[in-house]
Amino acid sequence: MKLLYFAWVRQKIGKPEEQLDMPPSVTTVSTLVDFLRQRGRGYEEAFRNPALVRVAVNQQHTDFNAVLRPGDEVAFFPPVTGG
Amino acid sequence: MTEIRIQQADFEPGAEIAALEDSGGAAGAIATFIGMVRGDGGLISMTLDHYAGMCESEIAAHAMEARKRWPILALRIVHRTGKLAPGDRIVFVGVASAHRQAAFQAAEFLMDYLKTRAPFWKLEQRAGEETWVSARNEDDASIRRWQ
Repeated sequence: MKLLYFAWVRQKIGKPEEQLDMPPSVTTVSTLVDFLRQRGRGYEEAFRNPALVRVAVNQQHTDFNAVLRPGDEVAFFPPVTGG
Repeated sequence: MTEIRIQQADFEPGAEIAALEDSGGAAGAIATFIGMVRGDGGLISMTLDHYAGMCESEIAAHAMEARKRWPILALRIVHRTGKLAPGDRIVFVGVASAHRQAAFQAAEFLMDYLKTRAPFWKLEQRAGEETWVSARNEDDASIRRWQ
């Protein structure tokens, strides 16, 4: 699964993207976040308050209930501030 | 015609407007919006981060939605990324239509969606500190009038 991080989520995690093999426990965005939070302090800080984080799966806005499939591209970021 | 560009380079508003004017004589109105970097609170510079690919597809989806709602002849959106200084242009939205109401409304619709859905993030640089801009509740409120 390809993971992408933007803005302060990227800064806290310390990398813009990574490729990860997911354990069977990861079936949704929410369970992916639980898995990522175990991976280290940066991840824990990024997801400490999940309400502050938005998610896109395959470049479509969605929410933490979204079901994930192998090969999905999942991006985490703060609420957008363009324009 | 719909043109959407995400670029580091500045854009030339006159050239964008000229392209909108060139819609076969059917246009009776062109509405444009230019967003700029506001130099308040000692802002030195601003860096725009973005999700390449999703920005384009998200804006294209809203452009298509605008075309369903209003009779648009031409539509151009240019959004810059990278490091910008106070006074620099950030975004251009321009809509050509037969009548002004459609042009005004579509331009406003597109800006409201850009601000709340297109994956861009602003990092502000001030003396000795960098801060990510927080999303504004007013922007979420302004999108609701289109739903």
